[in-house]
Amino acid sequence: MRKEIRLAGTGGQGLLKAGEILAEAAGVYENKKVIQTQSYGPEARGGASKTDIIISDEEILYPKARQVDVICCLSQKSVDAFLKDLKDTGIVIVDSFYVKRCNAKNVFPLPLSTETRQKFGRELFMNIVLLGALAEITKIVTVDSLRNALANRVPPATIETNLKALDLGVFIAQIKD
Amino acid sequence: MNQRSELLSGNEATALAAIKGGVRFFGGYPITPSTEIAEIMALELPKLGGVFIQMEDEIASICAIIGASAAGMKSMTATSGPGFSLMQEGIGYAIMTEVPTVIVNVQRGGPATGLPTKVAQGDVMAARWGTHGDHPAVVLSPWSVLESFTLTVKAIEISERLRMPIILLSDEIVGHMREVVSLPDSVSVYERKKPTKSPDEYLHYADDTNYDSPIASFGEGYRIHISGLTHRKDGFPTNDPKTIAWKMDRLRNKIDQNRDWLHYSEQFDLDAETIIISYGSSARTSLEAKYEYEKKSGKKIGFLRLITLWPFHYKKLTELLKNAKRVVVVEMNQGQMIREISRAVPRGIDVTGVNRVDGELITPEEVLAAL
Repeated sequence: MRKEIRLAGTGGQGLLKAGEILAEAAGVYENKKVIQTQSYGPEARGGASKTDIIISDEEILYPKARQVDVICCLSQKSVDAFLKDLKDTGIVIVDSFYVKRCNAKNVFPLPLSTETRQKFGRELFMNIVLLGALAEITKIVTVDSLRNALANRVPPATIETNLKALDLGVFIAQIKD
Repeated sequence: MNQRSELLSGNEATALAAIKGGVRFFGGYPITPSTEIAEIMALELPKLGGVFIQMEDEIASICAIIGASAAGMKSMTATSGPGFSLMQEGIGYAIMTEVPTVIVNVQRGGPATGLPTKVAQGDVMAARWGTHGDHPAVVLSPWSVLESFTLTVKAIEISERLRMPIILLSDEIVGHMREVVSLPDSVSVYERKKPTKSPDEYLHYADDTNYDSPIASFGEGYRIHISGLTHRKDGFPTNDPKTIAWKMDRLRNKIDQNRDWLHYSEQFDLDAETIIISYGSSARTSLEAKYEYEKKSGKKIGFLRLITLWPFHYKKLTELLKNAKRVVVVEMNQGQMIREISRAVPRGIDVTGVNRVDGELITPEEVLAAL
């Protein structure tokens, strides 16, 4: 088993944090080999941002994704930049508000930002909503593992809300099916 | 005894290693991609009675850690290219005054402010020759999160044993990459040897063994004179040619007498005709390329990863590469280590560089294209 996942969007959307949580869920709570790398611009917000997570049963050497199984895009720019790295059988999860065009075989356009705004009043938790949807659609990690990892990696006062965001993501993906 | 597995970045592992290795003074100035090291030290050191101080710049930072070490604390700083340039004078001062300390350089693209968030390995020569004058240098290069931990501990120990600054030369990929590791709860911490002679007899630079020599700290009752001027055994400046030669030989001998145990490398299949040599994050690409090439062609490729970059062990490399017909050097600069490697292989052996300097990690495809 070897899965390459890329989360991409705009700096400030929390994708690097989501990548950490996903890597911890698979690596610590499911005992897989994982490696997470990141790429971002010098600006704190607004630049292009992406993180690659590789999950495998075997040792991972080259740490960047090359043949991506799952790409999650929270901006149109990231779709345009990274679709070329997708495997033929790979799937794309996009936010239906920020992404208008996505020419791939298996696309899941989900109302992540819209639902997050509606439920929490702002987009702050969209990264975690995305993780819930990703787990539900791909089954790459269990939602339970994500719950455990999340609790270690967000400020204690926000754990409750983040867990709700995770459930919202699962729900969004379920009604999509 | 192992702790539970945890997901850590290379920088986090470096900071934890420093703390477990006994570093209790960190002076630094935050700079991407090394900042996480300072952040953790700022959080953790005060809890342990240690000192974290954010200095006004990197010149002050290196001076602060030299002072702290001269007063008896294990000390460290972490920086990246621009800050590393500013530290060069201080590094030379620590070499000359024989003060143990550790400088972590998490490399990013240069020159100048260059590429703050992108990877490069362009400081290999700056780590060796950045400060002026003839001088020894010990530079270690990790390729993983676990090795960021183990080599930091090693750097602390080497600095104490040889009484000199040691450079941990990481890079953006290794520093920011996260892997699952199980770190030991504790590591055996080397304790500086204290002089057994009375303050009247003590000479700060008397011991000529260049290994494990005792050092008195400021404030312990010994008279210590530390000067960047070339000095006598008591630390006071000299213009006497014989004494000057003694001091310069003493510095050189730190490497000459310890070269063998300072050499760390990892190697497989060196009986193959073609050997890939690399270090740091580009060695991960290189080993991946080796396996992919072998899978496709059925032919073996040799792999040599340099963990100690300096001192470069020419004799050892000549021995390791004696069967090579061709050597491919993979590094993310315009060709720095390749020159040293060329000097270690017999004439007529083809030495090819695979280089990349656009801020992206070199890919296995690029290495495969050179095989």
